[in-house]
Order: sequence, then C-alpha cells, then structure tokens
Amino acid sequence: MSATLLGVSGLTKRFGGVAAVNGCSFQVDEGTITALIGPNGSGKTTAFNMITGYLPADSGEVTFAGRAVKRPNPTRLYRAGLTRTFQQARVFPGLTLLENLTVAISQPWRTLLRRNVAARDRERALTLLEEFGLERLGDRPAGELSFGQRKLLEFATVLMGEPRLVLLDEPTAGVNPVMVEQIERHVRELHARGLTFLIVEHDMHLVMRLCNPVIVLDGGATIKQGPPAEVQSDRAVLDAYLGT
Amino acid sequence: MSRLTRTGVLRAVVVFGALAAFPFVFPAQWIVNIAIFTLMYAGLATAWNLLGGFSGYLSLGHAAFFGVGAYAIAIAFTHIGIGGSGYKPFFALPLVGIVVALVSVPIAWVALRVRAATFAIVTLTLLFVVQQLAFNLHHLTHGSQGLALPPPPFDVSTFEQPFYFAMLGVFALAFFTCWWVKGSKLGLMLFSIRDDEDRARGVGVRVTGAKVIAFALSVGFTGMLGGVWAYYIQFIYPQFAVDPLITIGAVLMAFLGGKGTVWGPTVGAFILVPAQQYMAYKLGASELYLLGYASVFLLIMLFLPRGIIPSISDHLARRRSGRPDEPPGAVASAPRATLPGGMAP
Repeated sequence: MSATLLGVSGLTKRFGGVAAVNGCSFQVDEGTITALIGPNGSGKTTAFNMITGYLPADSGEVTFAGRAVKRPNPTRLYRAGLTRTFQQARVFPGLTLLENLTVAISQPWRTLLRRNVAARDRERALTLLEEFGLERLGDRPAGELSFGQRKLLEFATVLMGEPRLVLLDEPTAGVNPVMVEQIERHVRELHARGLTFLIVEHDMHLVMRLCNPVIVLDGGATIKQGPPAEVQSDRAVLDAYLGT
Repeated sequence: MSRLTRTGVLRAVVVFGALAAFPFVFPAQWIVNIAIFTLMYAGLATAWNLLGGFSGYLSLGHAAFFGVGAYAIAIAFTHIGIGGSGYKPFFALPLVGIVVALVSVPIAWVALRVRAATFAIVTLTLLFVVQQLAFNLHHLTHGSQGLALPPPPFDVSTFEQPFYFAMLGVFALAFFTCWWVKGSKLGLMLFSIRDDEDRARGVGVRVTGAKVIAFALSVGFTGMLGGVWAYYIQFIYPQFAVDPLITIGAVLMAFLGGKGTVWGPTVGAFILVPAQQYMAYKLGASELYLLGYASVFLLIMLFLPRGIIPSISDHLARRRSGRPDEPPGAVASAPRATLPGGMAP
C-alpha cells in the first residue's frame, strides 16, 4: 500500500440532537479509487462537506498530503489539490463552458486585471472539453446544458486545478446509462494518469467494479473498510443495508 | 473573446464624443442642469453595477458613500480651511475616491460575509448609520442646519460647465473601469460568484478578495460623484446627502438597462433621469414622480425582468441564428439543437 493522501479521524457533526457524522475515521491512499458508501442518511455527504471545508466540524481531524488541515477552506484546499463535485451538478450557468473551465484555473492576484480567458488557458480548456466531448459547445452558456452534460462539465472543471484528490459526490445519479459509462471511463483514464478518487455512489455495480477499497458508513461512523469482495460479504454491512 | 471589439470601441467613442460636445450644442442652463444629474446617475448606476450587477450582491447602501464623498469635499473646503475654492475641489476628487475606497474595505469585509437579502439589509442599515453620523457629528457637519460650501467663482453664463465635465469625467472613469473589469479575470471571478458562490469557492476562486475589491471600486466612484454633487448644489444636509432615494434611483436604472452589462446602467439613467425631471416639471414639485418611478419598476419586473440590453441582445442573437423567439427556458431542454450552422465559425 502506498502513502495516505487523505486521513480522517474522529470526525463528528451534530445537528441539534442528531449526530449526522459520529466519530468517522478512514483514510484514502494515494493512487486508489476509494468508494464511500452507506445507507441513506449515513453521513456521506456531511462527511464530504466537512472534509472540503463547506461545513465546520464539531470535532475530529483531517489531514491532506501529510499535513493537518486546521481550518478547512474550500478555496485553499482546491489550491492545495483537493477538490470535489456536487450531487446536483453545479456549474456557472451564466458563463460559457470555456469560462467555466478557465475560472477554475488558480490565478495569482497580480493577473486580476488581465484578460479573462488568456490564449494559453483557452487552449487547455478546449483540450479538456474535447476529452469530454463538449468542445462544440465551448462558447455557449453552461445554463443551456442538459443535466448529464452539466455533470461532465463539473467534472472537467475541477480538473483545471490539477488536483491530486477528487471527491465525486454521486457522479452517476440521475444520468443516463451511456453517460454513466462515459463518466466511468473518465475516472479510469484519470486514475491511470495518477489521480486519486474518493467517490460517494449508490450504484453498487459501479462501485464494485470500479473502486477498491470500499468504505462503509452507518449512523455516521465507519463500520468497514476493505476490498469490494470482502465488504460485500461482511455481516455488519449487510445488516446496515438490509436492517435486522 | 477579445474585450475590445471594434463596434464596442466605436460606440463608446461616439457616445462619449457626443457627451463632451453636448453643453456647447445645448448651452441653456436648465438643459445642462438636467444633463449633470443624468451623468451623475449614469455614474452611480454604473458604479453600483460593478458590485451589484457583476457579483450579484445587491447593495442598498451606496448612498452612504455618496454622502461621505459629499461631506468630505464640503468639510475640506469649509472649516478645515484649505483656502480658496475655484477648481480645487475637482482636483481633490481622486483623493476622495481613494480614501472612500480604502475606508470601505473593512466595512465591505464585514458586510460581505452575509448574502442576498441580508446583505441588502446590512447595507441599508449602513446608510442610516452614516446619516445619523451626519446629524450628530455637529462640529464637522453642522448637523441638520446643513453645511454651505464656498460659492464657485465661475462665470454665470457657463456656470454649469465645470460641473458637467467633472461629472462626465467621473462617469467615464467608472464606465471604463466597468468595461475593463467585465473582460478581466476579476470579472470572471465576480460572475462566478453571482452564479454560485459556494461552487466558486470550491474551484479556487478567492471570493472574499474579489468581492471586497469590487465593493471598494464601486463605492470609490460613488464617493467621487457625491463630491462633485456637493460642490454643485453648494448646500448639503444629512437627509439630502445620504438619501435612500439616491440608491433606489441608481439601482432602478441598473435594473431597467440591464444589470451585469456594461451599457445597461447608462441606458437606464439616460431614460429615467430626463423622464423624472420632465415629470417633476409637469406634475409640479410634489413627489408624484415617485409614483412614476414605482410604475416603471413594476413594468420592468413584469416585461423586462433582465433589463433592456440583455433582452435586446438576446433577441438579436436569436434573429441572427435564425431561431424564432422562444422563452429562455425552452433553450435548456434542447442543448444539442442550439448550435445551428449559422453559429459555426
């Protein structure tokens, strides 16, 4: 096993009396496609939100690339190489596809008043759009895209920051089967190029063929972390899903 | 993608050329007087647009900074005793703009922590805070008695002209800043914040910095316009210098012309201010023109919710691409059908 890229320990979040995430601990090793699964309400998205700095944790620690993340902040984490997508496929509807991508290139302050889409950035964005089959729509506003296309665009956008770890929140939810295959292909290709993934997903077939290891959450805590075959036959996991 | 298209530059040269020639073509004082207020509101709406239109943070408190600019000029040229007046207050304007912008930074940093309606209310509160300060810092502002500036020593026949060109200058500065920002990385950041701020944070956009810069630029120009205004009307008091109607007017113009566009606020001001003055003449000095304002606002909301410029440019784009007029929602359902041959390069 290679080095731990993301470490989560004792992560907890309470909403009133309900502990959405309760002492959740797991790690994501560099170069893996790790899945985070669990029944509805088991705290997957809440854990995502805390790791990426959208939601302050009540307690617990997150380390990324060997460093403790003291006050998680989405912007700083993105610039450090940790990025995420959203379940609802969030894009900037008023910006063109090219602008959606270029705005995600981390720029220093001194270039603030330079042209919005520099020639070099445009090239990079076009290459990426081509990979995702969206190049014909480069100058159209993203608001015109279908839901599936938005998922692809969102995925492409987070790659502009040259991340090391990408958190995908239900990448295939509400997407047609052809596009599910396309998304899977992109994950595999990017993984082959050295990118690490942490994926929340409900499509178990996809999880079992794509991801290793698989982390299972239930009631806000980790109940199992291991290879897919082992997880599938685990008593506690079956109980969590089927309810006993 | 280039920010300076030939038609864009040509349009700006023609409009600003015409504006520079205007007081010589129509020298009548009452016309230049209306033109001065038109330019002032064009500047205010354009400056407001830099924050409200671009980043989506709808400020209702810009009049606070207008008042600060007005009082800065008034106080500097009355009892602080920078001798004389003449053209001097005009030369002090850049300093006023910079000081107002710098003072606004900590205020912006706090106010911009809240969004949407809360931000509007926070900025509105700020307006009343400044108004109360103007009432109560009696030794500086003379409170409700008001503050009289030294009379400008300009020739009676061309008295309005220096003020006209000062307003035009500040308006032009705000306009070209807006234009430049729209085509810059800062503009891209602001638009991403307007569309989805949380997502913008998630793709590395430094949202707080971008918002604070836009706020400071926006209120800096607003303060400069307040300074010219104070010198022009020569007598200011708190309700008048820090007047919610100034903000409401500017916001209304930006909405009418099309917020988030470069020309929209200007178009809105050029329609509304002369119309308002006309109504004021026709309806007497009452505040009946406010009814006119309200009706215009209702009509915009009902028929042109996005403003004049976006509605026209959408219509033109559709005509050019050979598509019939259709509601914007219909486009989203057929994304693959929206690139007809005419659009291909």
